Amino acid sequence: MNEWLDPLLLSRWQFGLTTVYHFLFVPLTIGMALTVAIFQTAWVRTDKAKYLQLTHFFGKIFLINFAMGVVTGIVQEFQFGMNWSDYSRFVGDVFGAPLAFEGILAFFLEATFIGLWIFGWDKLPKKLHLATIWMTVIGSITSAYFILAANAFMQNPIAYTINAEKGRAELTSIGELLTNPIALAAFPHTIFACFMVSAGLIISVAAWHLARNQHFETMRPALKFGMWMMIIAGMGTTLAGDQLSLVMGEVQPMKMAAAEALYHTATGANASFSLFTLGTPDGVHELFSIRIPYLLSFLSTHTFDGTVEGINNLQAQYIATYGPGDYTPTIWITYWAFRWMIALGLLHMLVAVVGLFLTRKGRMPTQKWVWKLAIWSFPASLLAMTVGWVFTEMGRQPWLVFGLLKTQDGVSPGVTGVEILISLIAFTVLYGILAVVEFRLILRAVQRGPDDAPELDEESGDVKHAVTVY
Amino acid sequence: MDLNILWFWIIAFMFIGYFVLDGFDFGVGMSLPFLGKDDTDRRVLINTIGPVWDLNETWVIVAGASLFAAFPEWYATMFSGFYLPLLLILLALIVRGVSFEYRHQRPESEWKKWFDAMIIVGSAVPALLWGVAFANVVRGVPLDADFNYTGTFFDLLNPYALLGGLTTLLLFFTHGVIFVTLKTEGDIRVRARKLAFRAGAATIIVAAAFLLWTTFGFGTLASGVLAAGAALTLIVSFVANLRGAERWAFALMAVTIGLAVLTLFASLFPFVMPASNDPANGLTIANASSSPYTLQVMSWTALIGMPVILGYQAFSYWVFRKRIGRSHIEAAVH
Ligand code: HDD
Ligand code: HEM
Ligand code: HEM
Repeated sequence: MNEWLDPLLLSRWQFGLTTVYHFLFVPLTIGMALTVAIFQTAWVRTDKAKYLQLTHFFGKIFLINFAMGVVTGIVQEFQFGMNWSDYSRFVGDVFGAPLAFEGILAFFLEATFIGLWIFGWDKLPKKLHLATIWMTVIGSITSAYFILAANAFMQNPIAYTINAEKGRAELTSIGELLTNPIALAAFPHTIFACFMVSAGLIISVAAWHLARNQHFETMRPALKFGMWMMIIAGMGTTLAGDQLSLVMGEVQPMKMAAAEALYHTATGANASFSLFTLGTPDGVHELFSIRIPYLLSFLSTHTFDGTVEGINNLQAQYIATYGPGDYTPTIWITYWAFRWMIALGLLHMLVAVVGLFLTRKGRMPTQKWVWKLAIWSFPASLLAMTVGWVFTEMGRQPWLVFGLLKTQDGVSPGVTGVEILISLIAFTVLYGILAVVEFRLILRAVQRGPDDAPELDEESGDVKHAVTVY
Repeated sequence: MDLNILWFWIIAFMFIGYFVLDGFDFGVGMSLPFLGKDDTDRRVLINTIGPVWDLNETWVIVAGASLFAAFPEWYATMFSGFYLPLLLILLALIVRGVSFEYRHQRPESEWKKWFDAMIIVGSAVPALLWGVAFANVVRGVPLDADFNYTGTFFDLLNPYALLGGLTTLLLFFTHGVIFVTLKTEGDIRVRARKLAFRAGAATIIVAAAFLLWTTFGFGTLASGVLAAGAALTLIVSFVANLRGAERWAFALMAVTIGLAVLTLFASLFPFVMPASNDPANGLTIANASSSPYTLQVMSWTALIGMPVILGYQAFSYWVFRKRIGRSHIEAAVH
């Protein structure tokens, strides 16, 4: 068969493409729901018009983005069955439950209350209307938990037994499944990272306007808020990421070794973390590198004299356990993705700290480059998020469910390469077009800046007319 | 009753929820070229479903996820077997969903025209293809011993399935137009009532043919009774619309859709996906389901979750109970 029509390769491309795409919108949904809720709460408590303006302004951006998160999410839900039917047969008994929980307990909540929020401005009393956005926040965060618990099973399968007769994994404890140590660490890490992304958006938007000396009275508080949020969320992300490294080093040592391109087992000072490496493209030979001794040991064991196992060693162990095969992920991807995630994250926290200093006590920097740098906050944080996932998912290869099912064994046997090529092209083209449309709409909404606050009812202080109609 | 039998009916319930609710969204979307004379009219139509289309669509996500959790084999076989139809449904749902949100973002009529077209196509395609898919499930498809679909895309386009598709298309169209009579005021409401009359007549003929074929081709006594019930409520709904009893017409339409879905599930029982080539390869409630423990966990979740969900969804419909007219749109846009 033509190698371009390999269903496995095409399915992997399609799944990777569509999940990464979905996850460009999800972080903003999660993060912006919270920020909008905070602005609206500030308005309800203080009655200051600027907070209502901020609520509407960021609310509009939030909604343009939200639609994309929803429609790309359905694709994900269907794809397990469409492209990975053998995987679905194998893990459905375990993996289906958190997905169904997500739908029953989170998506319904989110979808219902977002509708009430968008269209309810003139129909619900002020406080009840405020409650609807908080319900949306709860829904989005709950959905993240369940999906991450599902993903955690793929990283670190627990709470199952193998039913040999049916040839599948079966759930033994839902409590254990939902408290997978990977999920417990990945959840705060991802949620805080989502908050970093929305903080990045607020900083970028506010910086854009302030650099042009406009909308000072709304954008200055927004900038301050964004920078504080970035610092707090950044610390949360770092702490949780540290915990995640620890758990990952334990359950997926190969991923930790791949993150550092560590071929030979190392202990203590030798278990160093390289900031930067130049080497042969396969990563086997190193030409030049900058290293921090002990750091790798600390990341993966929280001690300075820990031992971190190398790829060669692990490869040999896996062959002994699982039979012949290549158990090494693509090293250059995991190595660089891991570094970019951390570097971009730390960089932006730095930008926020410096920014807070520069804008202290009503000061406004006048240098152009300061603002230009700040505008990069949003794309950079989104990139950090994306490469983090690329690291996680590629670092799991060749396993689909670590130690249980290989990616090549999960693909749908009945679906042909041609069919998948059709869908891959269709998604690529449609997603490409929508990305351009969405980007322009958001840019337009951002550049127009906040509108005047809507008319309020004099007695109750409620909004008088619908703020949004389709 | 075994839990897997319970879950068979819960899945049926979820698809009923989906088809009844998103069904009228599809109908409203398809009615744009018939009822929307100008931009304001079209906005009135879209705003009748504006606050609820997302939660209605969520029913299919939950139905799909529940299928995955309760009947992994069924989910795997159906979703991989119906690869291309599902792809088309996904693409349609994507363009429809973004269009609701993006259509009003710019004032140019050129821009709106594009999104109107995408709403129409994005509503018609799923309305047609869900019928095709479910009719094929009832009819049975070729499966191998590992339950993998062995037919092609074109095997799915057989006359019975196409008739099923046409039935859901017309059913949802009429359902949506009746929803418009219920939710709008003024001229558009009058026009919708007339359109519901014509569409309803066509629906009765096509649906009757499909229900008869289902009953005599694949049915049982129980499914026959359900089919007769569906036909009856459809006709009464038609009469109710004629007499201007909008609420009755709409409620009976919802019952019709519910009974039609039950007809299909009753003719399937105890199979979930019969094999047309060899009955032994068919998926049944027994061999497609999850383990008793998983089903138990799922049952508790559904038992606790569903009443709450139905409660807040009803609340949402109650908040948005008022009719919408041109004046509302003009006031909001200034
Ligand atoms: C703004 C985004 C961002 C930032 C600044 C960081 N991360 Fe991260 N990281 C993610 C965004 C992210 C992510 C995209 O959200 C991932 C993918 C999977 C997950 O749970 O979170 C991730 C995964 C991920 C994993 C892999 C987990 C696994 O495969 O099981 C580790 C070990 C870390 N991170 C560790 C860190 C450390 C030690 C950081 C900082 C010092 C850090 N991350 C900053
Ligand atoms: C939302 C953030 C996520 C991103 C950005 C992401 C990214 C990716 C990428 C890049 C791949 C391709 C890897 C490869 O082919 O080598 C992939 C594969 C996959 N991921 Fe994820 N993933 C995410 C979350 C999840 C979650 C939450 C699940 C499960 C619930 C999941 C399940 C899978 C599956 C089934 C594959 C296909 C097999 C494979 O090719 O590895 N992913 N993902
Ligand atoms: C870390 C990974 C992920 C997180 C945190 C996440 C979270 C979210 C959020 C917040 C939304 C928008 C909410 C909404 O529409 O109600 C959404 C949409 C959606 N996501 Fe994801 N998602 C992730 C990955 C995935 C994956 C891998 C799947 C596939 C199972 C998936 C399935 C969906 C579905 C079906 C929707 C549409 C929901 C709707 O219409 O309401 N998500 N997701």
